Amino acid sequence: MTPSAVRQGADRAVRSRRGRPGWPGWSGLPARPLVIAAGVLAVVAAAVLFPVAFPSPVATTYGFDTLIFVACASAWNLFSGYSGYLSLGHAVFFGSGVYAVAVGAQDWHLTGTAVFGLLPLAAAVGGGIAIPLGLVALRVRRHTFVVITIAFFFIFQLMAFNFAFTGGTSGLVAPILNWSGATYNNPFYYAALLLAAVTVAVSWLIRRSRFGLHLRAIRDDEDRARGLGVPALRVKLAAFVLSGAITGLAGGLWYYFIGAAAPQSAFDALFDLSLALMAFFGGLGTVAGPVLGALVLEPSQQWLTARFTSNYLSEILLGALFLVVIIFMPRGVLPTASERLARWRAAWRRRGDPGAEPRP
Amino acid sequence: MTAELRTEGVAKAFGGVQALDGCTLTVPAGSITGLIGPNGSGKTTLFNVVTGYERPDAGQVYLGGQRITGASAQRVFALGLGRTFQLTRIFPRLTLVENLLVATGRSKAAGLTRARELLEFTGIAQHASELAGTLSYGQRKLLELATVLAAEPAVILLDEPAGGVNPTLIQHLAARIRDLNSQGTTFLIVEHNMEFVLGLCHQVAVLDYGTVVVAGPPEQVASDPRVLDAYLGAAPGEEQDGE
Repeated sequence: MTPSAVRQGADRAVRSRRGRPGWPGWSGLPARPLVIAAGVLAVVAAAVLFPVAFPSPVATTYGFDTLIFVACASAWNLFSGYSGYLSLGHAVFFGSGVYAVAVGAQDWHLTGTAVFGLLPLAAAVGGGIAIPLGLVALRVRRHTFVVITIAFFFIFQLMAFNFAFTGGTSGLVAPILNWSGATYNNPFYYAALLLAAVTVAVSWLIRRSRFGLHLRAIRDDEDRARGLGVPALRVKLAAFVLSGAITGLAGGLWYYFIGAAAPQSAFDALFDLSLALMAFFGGLGTVAGPVLGALVLEPSQQWLTARFTSNYLSEILLGALFLVVIIFMPRGVLPTASERLARWRAAWRRRGDPGAEPRP
Repeated sequence: MTAELRTEGVAKAFGGVQALDGCTLTVPAGSITGLIGPNGSGKTTLFNVVTGYERPDAGQVYLGGQRITGASAQRVFALGLGRTFQLTRIFPRLTLVENLLVATGRSKAAGLTRARELLEFTGIAQHASELAGTLSYGQRKLLELATVLAAEPAVILLDEPAGGVNPTLIQHLAARIRDLNSQGTTFLIVEHNMEFVLGLCHQVAVLDYGTVVVAGPPEQVASDPRVLDAYLGAAPGEEQDGE
């Protein structure tokens, strides 16, 4: 092929989609903005109407927990999924947010809705703790990073058990709200919905920004990215801190909903695993993957735990579900599904257009 | 934009192996300089030392008269020295366009325009929105070159650009290197394909045991008895020199 033929071919490819001149999709996947916008709108509408359709406290509790996990799994993913540095210590940020609100409310004698004013503090504490932890842990590469984050987790849980200001083993109790029992969950539910929506939006903005591109370049080849001028440590640390701040905020909100802070529930190893599982389930490093993972896994877990009171069975069933996904869709549900869809479409288009050039 | 690249007495040892031993090399501004030598003679180590991936034990590196010895890879790249790798390094899960955008320091719109120009220049624009991991080996080499070009470096180091690439693509690559060189870019090329080196380079340096044993015009170097002894006469080895 002569260079000019190559160039012509290139121009053809660039102008291909719907005959429009311009640059093909930024993400590499065919752009279907209308379909995606409609889907997002439907999910948001369903989430907003959920407490109206299912007003029982049991349902809204499930809803609240799920939304907290949507926010936390998305926050985890915007660091770990994009950069490839898998953190198994995000409970550190969650628990720190829990205790920031708990200790603040107690020491400053805050009651009622004034306690919600402490949520920015929870975010600041989560993000603030991420700075020194990140400066230490992000100097090592992937596998070592995982181990270090686990170590951080145990250090923080031990501190919560042993310090006086955390209330030790017995923990701290939140001030009681005098809201009516029937609609008690609703403000929490909508606060969690807002947090989840903002987090997903931030994740989406990062995914299509230069910052996100640098994170994904680091995931693919960190040394090469540095060699191309990417300030790797700064980029990783910024994502780690943002992720920690969101997780801390979620912890603060969760504390006030649950009404108590205890070391083993604020710093929960299962929380760490859940975030990773949700992101892997839906699709690591995608915007919608962790959302899907949280929407499927958290209610299933809650329901299975309630249905089979012997805890083991629910965990075995969840594990089985996870295995099925890993075996049949190793990269997560969404990437595999979108790949299948793209293949079907290509096959369908080839049938409709016999003159089309086969892919080399 | 162009610049001279110069090393003076660079030494680097890995344990007991003296990979570079007083290596002094001048790549004149605006030249295409070839660097040949048997496997293990220190070519890739020299690249790593020059581009900030390794620190030299002794000696200095100058880019356009500025001392860059021991600077980080990030800094060296910002100063206008780009490189490719012997084992081609791309970002497999980014699209081709995104691969280039990593290296462009501009706004997204300007970066996209530049990325498109470079993909067309290297002849892989038809794959622009595909993931780089789906490219063939030769196409990856072109993408890696395009990525380096995105930042418009004054000097480009190519580590075995023709290795494992089919003859048509090698010619395409050589033509692109000549185009860029005519616009002023300086090249230092490590390559085992002698036809490629002799046809392209203005000057060839031969590295042996970590030091430059001879340097000069291609035809002179190709007939130098020391070169025949050290390199052309040596049995071709399968091992690649250390990355």
